Amino acid sequence: MTLSIDDVKHVARLARMHMPDEELEQLRAQLSAILDYVALLQELDVEGVPPTFQISGLSSVTRSDEVNTRLSRDEALRNAPDKYAGMFRVRAVFDE
Amino acid sequence: MTELHTLTIAESRAALDAGEITSVELTEAFLKRIHAVEPQIKAFLTVTGELALEQAHAADSQRNGSPRSPLHGVPFAIKDVICTRDIPTTAGSRILEGFVPPYDATVTARLRAGGAVLLGKVNCDEFAMGSSNENSAYFPTYNPWDTDRVPGGSSGGSAAAVAALETPGSLGTETGGSVRQPSGLCGISGLKPTYGRVSRYGLIAFASSLDQIGPLAWTVADLALILQVIAGHDPLDGTSSAQPVPDYSAALTGDVRGLRVGVPREYFAEGLDADVERVVRTAIETLRDQGAELVDISLPHTRYAIPTYYIIAPAEASSNLARFDGVRYGPRLPGDGLWEQIERTRGELFGPEVRRRIMIGTYALSAGYYDAYYRRAQQVRTLISRDFEQAFTQVDVIATPTSPTIAFLLGQKTDDPLAMYLSDVYTVTANLAGLPGLSVPCGFSQQMPVGLQFIGKLLDEPTLLRVGDAYQRMTDWHKQRPKL
Repeated sequence: MTLSIDDVKHVARLARMHMPDEELEQLRAQLSAILDYVALLQELDVEGVPPTFQISGLSSVTRSDEVNTRLSRDEALRNAPDKYAGMFRVRAVFDE
Repeated sequence: MTELHTLTIAESRAALDAGEITSVELTEAFLKRIHAVEPQIKAFLTVTGELALEQAHAADSQRNGSPRSPLHGVPFAIKDVICTRDIPTTAGSRILEGFVPPYDATVTARLRAGGAVLLGKVNCDEFAMGSSNENSAYFPTYNPWDTDRVPGGSSGGSAAAVAALETPGSLGTETGGSVRQPSGLCGISGLKPTYGRVSRYGLIAFASSLDQIGPLAWTVADLALILQVIAGHDPLDGTSSAQPVPDYSAALTGDVRGLRVGVPREYFAEGLDADVERVVRTAIETLRDQGAELVDISLPHTRYAIPTYYIIAPAEASSNLARFDGVRYGPRLPGDGLWEQIERTRGELFGPEVRRRIMIGTYALSAGYYDAYYRRAQQVRTLISRDFEQAFTQVDVIATPTSPTIAFLLGQKTDDPLAMYLSDVYTVTANLAGLPGLSVPCGFSQQMPVGLQFIGKLLDEPTLLRVGDAYQRMTDWHKQRPKL
């Protein structure tokens, strides 16, 4: 599988990671090599084999819908790089 | 008197209980040792000396009465991907530089409740992604047996700290072999419990269907003591097992007579270093001498395990690591608008291997590729699990090399991600199938330690620990110490 530079830029955008232009070619080559390697799986016949998402055998584990006070608001905000009036502060999402 | 930093956990426990030593003396000995050897080893990201002495004093003041746990008053180290309240936790990444968790992981809380003494947080590959510790954003850790070589990874700090006698035990984490591989390369014992046996709450997630926390120490008997403290159901982790926790130390009978040990031919094939093979085969023969029955078995889908892993793990990682956006924790880089801030923060503060895996995972999950990559990998995962189910109708436990080679030189594999991935070729299968796996030291090749791996049935840690402990009663590889 040979990826193009545009493929790499597209995936980087999906992953919301800025990639400096000078790293794109190396990344393109490395990702292509990894995809070539995992293509080994294409040789297996998996018709009718159910997928394994996890092995615990548990499903739809829920907890009771009760408020807990494990973290206070101040504790939850303690590591925020920018906060305001008890909230995380970010730049505006929408233009004026 | 023996130097206290050379004691195993069981020896410390006995000496503490007999009143021959205090926790403060023991803790001071390890802090002194850390001070002396850290410049060569670089296993610790944070040393919590003051806290350790406080906890040691507290343990000593509660001496009358029985210990709160096997680790009461015993020094310990925790991998830096596991949250520790009020103690910096970086996951080896710049994107969490300065992060101080407001809560304890469940394993941390259990260690604290059990009276363990926290010496500090140990180095690892960034977000536990790597097999050499060279992916730590802070500094590499060095193998105590030869400081030109890597300690393995991703729990390289956890393994090197034990091997350098800086702590008698530690916690690491596994996604594809990250406890067993460095344990093997550093000549100590390490266990990956069954998926769900130990709560993942407060473990910074890498691949949630594979991740599991496990203990590292010199002996299997010590691993049993640590597992007893950390294992068990946790309402805060919906994937944790509700099965009762057995008495692990009671399982260590030393008796392997009649035990059927499977030797899978695919694990002794191309890629395995010839001298490592010789050492491992000799070790397995020791078990036969003690009455175990060796059975030739096949795990036919072994060669598909690494490609399966390198779709599933990056796919889950790309989703889990979406949370690192510079909004709620970690540094935030400036940019023109919200998206540019986020893209710069992620692009510049994640290291190269983490970025590669996020890219692979994002690609494998993207529109049009999901069925060809992710779904197919999950189907092959089923085939790999079935291999083991089939094998365990014939045998009780499986024995293999832990790694195909001894510890490699620093820098040897950093330019070739695929070569690095293949160092997990014998360990990754247990993660995919959720099975428990154990590595014990079994000899040397070129003066470097070699690991013997045992893989057990789901939740059958008792048998796994029994065979590992029995092996250590017959051999003294776990008593060898590096000359530092």
